[in-house]
Formats: sequence, C-alpha cells, structure tokens
Amino acid sequence: MGLDFTVVPSYFGVLLMGAGWTIAITVAAGLLSFFGGIFFAVVALYGHWAIRLPFRLFAWLFMGTPLLLQLFLIYFGLIQIGIDLPAFVAGVIGLGLHFAVYNSELIQASILAVDKGQYEGARTLGLSRLQTLRYIVVPQAVRAVVPPMGNNMIALLKDSALVSVIGVMELTLAAQQAISRTYRPFEFYLAAAACYYVINLALEAGLRRLERRFQASR
Amino acid sequence: MDIDLILRVYPFFIEAAWVTIQLSVLTTILGLACGALGAAARMSRLAVFRWIGAAYVSVFRGTPALIQVFILYFGGPQIGIQLDSFAAGTIALGVNIGAYMTETIRGAIVSVDKGQTEASRTLGMSRWKTMRYVILPQAMRMMIRPLGVNINALIKGTALVAPISVVELTYTAQRFIGSTYKPFEMFLLAGLLYMVIIYVAGQGIAWLDRRARIT
Repeated sequence: MGLDFTVVPSYFGVLLMGAGWTIAITVAAGLLSFFGGIFFAVVALYGHWAIRLPFRLFAWLFMGTPLLLQLFLIYFGLIQIGIDLPAFVAGVIGLGLHFAVYNSELIQASILAVDKGQYEGARTLGLSRLQTLRYIVVPQAVRAVVPPMGNNMIALLKDSALVSVIGVMELTLAAQQAISRTYRPFEFYLAAAACYYVINLALEAGLRRLERRFQASR
Repeated sequence: MDIDLILRVYPFFIEAAWVTIQLSVLTTILGLACGALGAAARMSRLAVFRWIGAAYVSVFRGTPALIQVFILYFGGPQIGIQLDSFAAGTIALGVNIGAYMTETIRGAIVSVDKGQTEASRTLGMSRWKTMRYVILPQAMRMMIRPLGVNINALIKGTALVAPISVVELTYTAQRFIGSTYKPFEMFLLAGLLYMVIIYVAGQGIAWLDRRARIT
C-alpha cells in the first residue's frame, strides 16, 4: 500500500475544525495554567503551612508523573465521584492543572530571584508590603518569567494532542476519524503534524513579540 | 483507599515498571545518539548538513511526540516499515528526544569560550583535535545537568506509547482503571513507580555530574 495524498483535501474541513478545537483547548488550558500558576505560587510563597503542605504534595505528584496518567485520573476520577464532565472540560482541566504546576514553579523562582535589597529599599522608602509587591517585585519578576512561561505554552500546545486519548475532539482525533474512513494513517497523521507545526510557528512568533515588548519596557 | 486491591494488582505494575525502565533506557541511548549526530550536523562546515540538522530540530520539536509515534506505528507499514509497538514507540520517542538533546549538546559546545578554539588552532591543532581534546572534555561536563532535564522529561514521555498498547505503567494503570473503577489508587500506584524511576535516574545523573566536576 503506497502513499496517496490526494485523499487529504476532501477531509480538509474535518482537519480544519480539529485545528480550531486544538487552538480553543490550548487557549483555555493556557489561561487556566496561567492564573492557576499565579494562584499556586501565591499559596506556596505566602500561604499558611497547613495549606502549603497539600499544595506541595499536589505539585510533587504532578511534576513527577506523566500528563497522560493525570488525564486518566482526572477524567475517570471525576466520573467516579459523580461529576460527569464533557471530555473537553476534563481535558482542559487536566492540561491546565498540569501546566499550572510548572508555571507556579517558574513564578516562585522568579519572585524569589528578585534581590532582597529591593524589598528592603522599597519598604524603607515607605511603600507598603502590597505596594512593594505591586510596583517593585512583580514587574521585575514578570520580565524574567515571560520567556520560560512561553516555552510552557508551546509544550502545552503539543501536549494538547494527548487529550485525544480521553476522547476530546481536536486535531489528532479529527485525523483519526479521517483515518478510520480512509485507512490512510500516514497521510492524515502527517497532515495533522503539518497543522500543529503551523500553529506552533504562529504561537512562537506571537511569544517572541510579547518577549520583545516586555524587554523594551526595561 | 482500597489497600486489598492495591496488594492484588501491584505485581502487574512492577512488571509494567520494568517495561517503562527498558523504554527509558533505550530511548535515552537512541536520543543521545541522535542528539550527538544532530549537534554535529548543526555545527558542520557544510551548509547542507547545517540545514538538515536545523530541519530535524524544528520538525521534531514543532510537532507533538504522540503524532510522531502514531506516524511510525500506524503509518510505517504503508512505506514498508513494519514494527511492533515497543520498537515503534522506542524509535519514535528516541528520535523525538534526540531533537531536544541536539540543542542541549550544541548549547554546551557553543558555551565553551571561543578563545579556546582560537588558541588551539593557533597552536597548530586540527579542527578535529581541537574538538576532541579541548572543547568536548569541557562541554561534556556542562551538558550533564541539562541532559538530565531531557532524561527526566523522557521518562514521563514514555507514557506516550500507552495509546499504541505497549504494556507499560500508564497502559497498565488505564487498563486497571477500566476494570476496577478505582482511578485514584491506580494513579498512585503508577505515579509512585514513575517517581521512583525518576528519582533513581536523577541520583545517577547527579553522581555523574559530581564526578565530572573539576575543582
């Protein structure tokens, strides 16, 4: 059985819709991982130890295990405790939480990396604790955190392919549907890979612009 | 938590952990080989090789590893490559992580001070000898830690062969979640075994790193 790429164009619409869903999942999970990351970082840095400890355990579990395993836990675990979420929502939660943990580590590191003298200086000048954070620490931490967090977003885009395994309709599953009708896995997975590659290029270009903007304000 | 159930099923997880370990070791070896070749190509004097190296990194890092596994396993037979799921998974993951390792290895080599190359060349050493006796010994020391980061990601990445039915940890967890409806217990069992594997690998890398240090 040779290759025949002429079957691909007739499934163009299916792949395009899959690509649209992949982008939607990436954006939704990206937002969740961003705000979740901030939340986890704040808890880890400033929370009471009784709250910090379970968060530490959670982060440790999520950083030491594969995303796919976590997706199974969230998808089937939620069903077991009686929450029957659509696969899309479960996928977004799984991806979002996974990357929130990684983002939280980055945010913590970047906040701790801001020189202690900056705190002391700001506090001596009469800024309140909150003002010090808002005007002195956070702006510096944000600049440091943008590039590595951008890398996490790129990883998130590619890892969004994993939610096809729990039945979320996106690019990889769209390709699988086309394959189940045409029996042409090579052609359609390659087409899906090309779509991911293009989305990835666009995301990288966007992130580079964002990085430049944050660097310019230095 | 259902301790009885855990005690009943854990032998299956131990067996699966061995498969995950085999996958991790083979993928690491293949990844290092691809990474070394890729880095050599990226830094070649010939533009064609530089171009091939850059394309390799860009394509394999720019697309999901899961798709790469699927292309080789499901699409391979169409172009005459018939592999069982273990072999297909290992090769796809190894070539994938090799693209990341290419950049790690290249980064370490590039970070060696340029003056070292200039001095060695001035002393009459050939390009190859400069690389072999001056640059690489220093670069090797610097790449151990970042390669450790790659290997850490790779161990978790071996879960991607579960969808093509390689009976490793994640596949086993998935199967037992389906038959016992105990997702949390199965997650913990598989998760703890992953963490043991990652911990041991991390200790090994830290040991190598300590040994390579010159003080």
